[in-house]
Amino acid sequence: MRYLEKVVSLELDEKLCNGCGLCVAVCPHAVFELENKRAILADRDACMECGACVRNCEQEAIRVRAGTGCASAVLSGMLSGSEPACGCSGDNSKCP
Amino acid sequence: MTKRPRSNSPTCDEHDEQRARGTTAAWPPALGHVDAPRTDGGVHTAVGDIPRVRTSLSARDHFGSVKVRWGIGRMNYSVAPGLYAMGDPSAESPVLVSANYKMSFDRLRSALPRRDAWIMVLDTEGINVWCAAGKGTFGTNEIVRRVQSTALDQIVSHRTLVVPQLGAPGVSAHAVRRSCGFRVVYGPVRAEDLPAFLDAGLKAQPEMRRVRFDLGDRAVLIPVEIVTGGKYALLLAAALLLLGGLSSGGYSLASVWTSGLAGAGLVLGAFLCSAVLGPVLLPWLPGRAFSVKGAVLGLVLIGTLTVSSGLTGSWLHIAAWAFMVPTIASFVVMNFTGASTYTSLSGVLREMRFAVPVQITGAVVGFGLWLTGLFITGGPGT
Repeated sequence: MRYLEKVVSLELDEKLCNGCGLCVAVCPHAVFELENKRAILADRDACMECGACVRNCEQEAIRVRAGTGCASAVLSGMLSGSEPACGCSGDNSKCP
Repeated sequence: MTKRPRSNSPTCDEHDEQRARGTTAAWPPALGHVDAPRTDGGVHTAVGDIPRVRTSLSARDHFGSVKVRWGIGRMNYSVAPGLYAMGDPSAESPVLVSANYKMSFDRLRSALPRRDAWIMVLDTEGINVWCAAGKGTFGTNEIVRRVQSTALDQIVSHRTLVVPQLGAPGVSAHAVRRSCGFRVVYGPVRAEDLPAFLDAGLKAQPEMRRVRFDLGDRAVLIPVEIVTGGKYALLLAAALLLLGGLSSGGYSLASVWTSGLAGAGLVLGAFLCSAVLGPVLLPWLPGRAFSVKGAVLGLVLIGTLTVSSGLTGSWLHIAAWAFMVPTIASFVVMNFTGASTYTSLSGVLREMRFAVPVQITGAVVGFGLWLTGLFITGGPGT
């Protein structure tokens, strides 16, 4: 299953990469691959902006606007005038 | 290694108190004060007896899972954060990090029968690993605090933590290492792959690192989808039932039972069909945007209903439902983005930018036609 094309905010500065491979390990959608001991964006459109790669890149070579792709969170954020907030804390969590 | 009989089960108050105090509660606790139904005696260590978890799930555990899936009493099933033993772990046994969400903990403990390991349960406020990592409650700080509060460095001789890969959005491996000296190794996405991961010397096959969204994964989300959206659908259905009494001859109870009931039934039917068929048919519904998939589903539903003459009433009402059913379906399936495992925030914002205005238009036009139809009759069913 694929989501919308060419919308994600993921960016990789390949020059800063030290080839540790953690981004490859933490990405749940195989967005990264190692090529000649450098990370590359093999499948950028598969990114779901979870932010795992950014958080684990010691070189700070990756940028993304991390968030939850959740329409009800966006709606409740719009209605309350705040940032999209995932409502997972209650009993009625929609999170998997 | 000593084994002790189980003593009294904990009270809910003790759990709450521990949660309220945050992470400072002393570990290990007096045995039996933690999750007696899920533990079985303890394992002796330098810092005290660590409660041992059962690796087989009881009927009660399974019943609890069903309730959690329906969104009932989720917090009653959260696990007290701290360190647990699985089997007879030694100082060399691996340390597996988990969340205090019932399903996370149950999957982990049942995935590794007859194995010796330590389980470090973080306080994620009863939320699963992935969502908690997104919020940061499953995160670097909580790991470091929990390593310290459980005196993990005195229990194990190695300095490695196996953290579920889906915890990575909240965890900085390098920051954990700097703060407490423990190296983070990311384990597989699914607990069922842990035996293979451990046997391979903490190495995950690429397949174990991929999140899937198979039919089964989607189907288990349907109940909570129905529970969360259901109350709004019921409110809307009740409103249409009452408004259905309006007619050119004043308020009529007879018309409540015809137009009103038909309206309420269609709203609930459209909601239930979308909440069930949306997740089930997700990969096969055309379009990438969930709102588009939902709209297509709604058009098929209303088309089928019209062609099969299941829809009676005035032309205006048929036209009204041709707008309202796809709108409801589009909205319901769009909200499934939050439960899906592959939608990005940027993508959701992009699709909402066109979908929400279209949905509002569809709802207003549909509702306007329906209201008008209450006063002007004429059509196949009249």
